[in-house]
Amino acid sequence: MFKRLAEAGASVAITVDGKQVAARAGDTVAAALIAAGIAHCRTTPVSGAPRAPYCLMGVCFECLVTIDGVGSRQGCLVPVRDGMAVETQTGKREAGR
Amino acid sequence: MRTADVVIVGGGIHGCSTALHLALRGLRPILIEKDYAGRHASGVNAGGVRQLARDLHEIPLSIASMGLWERIEELVGDDCGFESHGTVLVAETETELASFRARVEDLRLRGFTHEELIDRAELKRLVPAVADHCPGGVVSRRDGAADPFRTTQAFRRRAIEKGAEVLEGVTVTGLSKVGANWRVETSAGPIEAPKVVNAAGAWADRIAAMLGEPVPLTVVAPMLMVTSRVPAFIEPVVILRGRKLSFKQLGNGTVVIGGGHLATSNRDRNETVLDWDKLAISARTVWELFPAMRAATIVRAWAGIEAFMPDGIPVIGPSSTSEGVFHQFGFSTHGFQLGPGTGAMMAELVATGSTNTPIDGLGIERFR
Amino acid sequence: MTKASDLASSYELVVIGGGPAGLAAAALAARAGLSTVLFDENPGVGGQIYRAITSSPVKDRAVLGEDYWTGAELAVEAKASGALIVTGATVWSLDPTRLVGISIAGQARLIQADRVIVATGSLERPFPIPGWTLPGVMSAGGAQTALKAQGLVPSGRTVLAGGGPLLWLLAAQILRAGGKLDAILDTTPRVNWLRALAHLPDFVLSPYFSKGLKLLREVRAKVRVIRTDRVEAVGDDRLREVVFGTGDGERRMPADLLLLHQGVVPNVNLAIAAGVTHAWNERQLCFEPVLDGDFTSSVPGIAIAGDGAGIAGGTAAAERGRIAAIAAVRALKPAASAPDVQIIRQKLRREEMGRAFLDWLNRPADSFRQPTGDTIVCRCEEVTARQVRDTADMGCEGPNQMKAFLRCGMGPCQGRLCGLTVTELIAAQRGTTPVEVGYYRLRPPVKPITLAELASLPIAEAERKAVER
Repeated sequence: MFKRLAEAGASVAITVDGKQVAARAGDTVAAALIAAGIAHCRTTPVSGAPRAPYCLMGVCFECLVTIDGVGSRQGCLVPVRDGMAVETQTGKREAGR
Repeated sequence: MRTADVVIVGGGIHGCSTALHLALRGLRPILIEKDYAGRHASGVNAGGVRQLARDLHEIPLSIASMGLWERIEELVGDDCGFESHGTVLVAETETELASFRARVEDLRLRGFTHEELIDRAELKRLVPAVADHCPGGVVSRRDGAADPFRTTQAFRRRAIEKGAEVLEGVTVTGLSKVGANWRVETSAGPIEAPKVVNAAGAWADRIAAMLGEPVPLTVVAPMLMVTSRVPAFIEPVVILRGRKLSFKQLGNGTVVIGGGHLATSNRDRNETVLDWDKLAISARTVWELFPAMRAATIVRAWAGIEAFMPDGIPVIGPSSTSEGVFHQFGFSTHGFQLGPGTGAMMAELVATGSTNTPIDGLGIERFR
Repeated sequence: MTKASDLASSYELVVIGGGPAGLAAAALAARAGLSTVLFDENPGVGGQIYRAITSSPVKDRAVLGEDYWTGAELAVEAKASGALIVTGATVWSLDPTRLVGISIAGQARLIQADRVIVATGSLERPFPIPGWTLPGVMSAGGAQTALKAQGLVPSGRTVLAGGGPLLWLLAAQILRAGGKLDAILDTTPRVNWLRALAHLPDFVLSPYFSKGLKLLREVRAKVRVIRTDRVEAVGDDRLREVVFGTGDGERRMPADLLLLHQGVVPNVNLAIAAGVTHAWNERQLCFEPVLDGDFTSSVPGIAIAGDGAGIAGGTAAAERGRIAAIAAVRALKPAASAPDVQIIRQKLRREEMGRAFLDWLNRPADSFRQPTGDTIVCRCEEVTARQVRDTADMGCEGPNQMKAFLRCGMGPCQGRLCGLTVTELIAAQRGTTPVEVGYYRLRPPVKPITLAELASLPIAEAERKAVER
């Protein structure tokens, strides 16, 4: 869906659900997911529908992911860091009963 | 001139319940609410339906009310989100557990068996997520929780279906005796009725003052907060005594955390200002009691305005100065469960002049 | 990096938001000698309009345009002014006593302010069309953020839909960056011209006029623009195609990315939670705070500057920030020297001149604001237009009761993406107006905080206060 302009910054290694993803300095977690072509970052706690980042400016809460063990963080507000472990929230983290 | 059999002031769960029960008795009540039904404490409380740990004076009313909760759908045409998984009062120390044991034994001597002492193993069985330092507690197994706004609205709706009239956005400005009737001055014109019920919650002292019956009511706004949805991990409502906490997970997975820390409130502006230092105390209590909750996110906090009496129990019964007027207020942060039963009792009292449910010690004359 | 524990317990001025209004306000106030802190939740300052102004990887200045780069000066001025600028700092509470709840890297603090300037700007108006929750559908603002901050350009089959200046600006920026757009679906009703024309003379004199024309020409030369009164995103687990049309006509276009935009509205969450009185703006179809000439709100000591005060754009935002800051300086340090407010007011008036024309011209159609059927209104709790309309028919009179019935607005976004829609749907269904219906009563935390963060508030302070009461 997105490609990087040539000028993008130095590479930063993060993992998404255990797999290596090449991010760049200056990426937020949500931007890194989009750039890596990851289709969705969570499923909803209500119906289980897949969702992906929508607004990228802290408003919509669609990019909620687990970052280094802390759940439901807004991926669009957190800059990537070398070694960061991101987990998509596929219906487990916030599941209702 | 509008007339009614009874004018009820206040559209909380108590006013709405009394309106319904009066209508069920064939009377024609008019309920006056200054905002909308359930706008304040009745609509935004923690939703606990609890017989556990009540003052002795309230126990008969609470037990009567429980009977109505258990057939709430039949009564109001809505299940009100009521679920019964018990309330557990958790002891954090052996000393606390000993005091709970004394209370449960005292209740048994008085013939009340709804509170049951539990040991560490039974506590862990009922509340597996509770921290290991807790040696036991008390359970009231028939207790539960309901959706407060939905419940208040259901009572309102059913009351209207049964013939009650509900006037919202209308304020009471005066009360006077005209012949055998009470003339209630309102922002929508006067209403005359032989009987008046004061169920005005945090504003009830102003109604009482119109009758020359001052009452030492404090306006309070207990704070609550709710988390985003987390996996189901606890069924009963959990409360503490030593520290302020009430804790419950709703069917949708969200967890409501309360316990009675107060916001600053202004009843003239319908305004509450939260006290985050105190909510932080609640957060730390949860942190210690339920380690699994530490990463949960708080999505909203709020407080509902209500009345608190100096002795922490409600004012229920006839006015001490004005024949035909009855009080039903001051539930002191634990009135939600009492709503259905108190409404039934009040309707009986208003309609027949007496009631079979003991309400000794709850009258307004105790503040004279 | 400033930590929560580095912060003082009180400041003369707390500025919330580091866009043009916040940066300009903080710079002016700090220069005049107020102890000033600015909080912004993003990794860097600039707000949305000057997003990533200090770090953008897009080095070819022509891509984002000169208007973008003017933001650099604001950031430099703010940094040089002596104001403490804290990024990555989420303000989750502001109350009428001007106590500010802040969280930085998992640590929370309460900060007392003598004055507060809320500069939380705008957010994109909800655009509830069928399928707008599908992965592959994003807001145009989101795509623009990815371009400014990360140098990400849409690839694959891309469709823009909606209207308003930002949509056209984004189209131009994508094209200049070497991206390709398959189509722009223009949803702006033609009939808007009738209301807009009266304001054309002002617009012609405003700075928007020549810029706007140039932009339209630049985009239209390269992209198919199709007028439509219907847009639908279709797909299973992600967007597959965009369905659109006018009248009975229907067209389908395969797409990987659909970018939606129909203007911006004030971000009211923090101000409403602080108790600030808001009013409905019928021209801009949104709620905005009621403010005086210095942008002071109904709550003493709290001012609201920038687009949060009502949409007027980035340059106007900076001037508004300065006016609010001068009022704070006058109140707290009357002897301090500050710029002449009259000159700033004149500049602001010039900036605001073309606004009426743009607002009327770009007013989104009813059908794109008041959805029907199974279209999702509340994305968090997955509440549909039909549910909201049916509940309104049943007698539900307001958004707060609607929350209790349907849970709309009760998810983590706290109504940001459904508030206006729910208000308008209730009004439409009950034959009344948004003024009568009102908006969600919003409660803090305006941004979710973890229990651990809340528990991290300094303990001594909490216990001291508990004993005092």
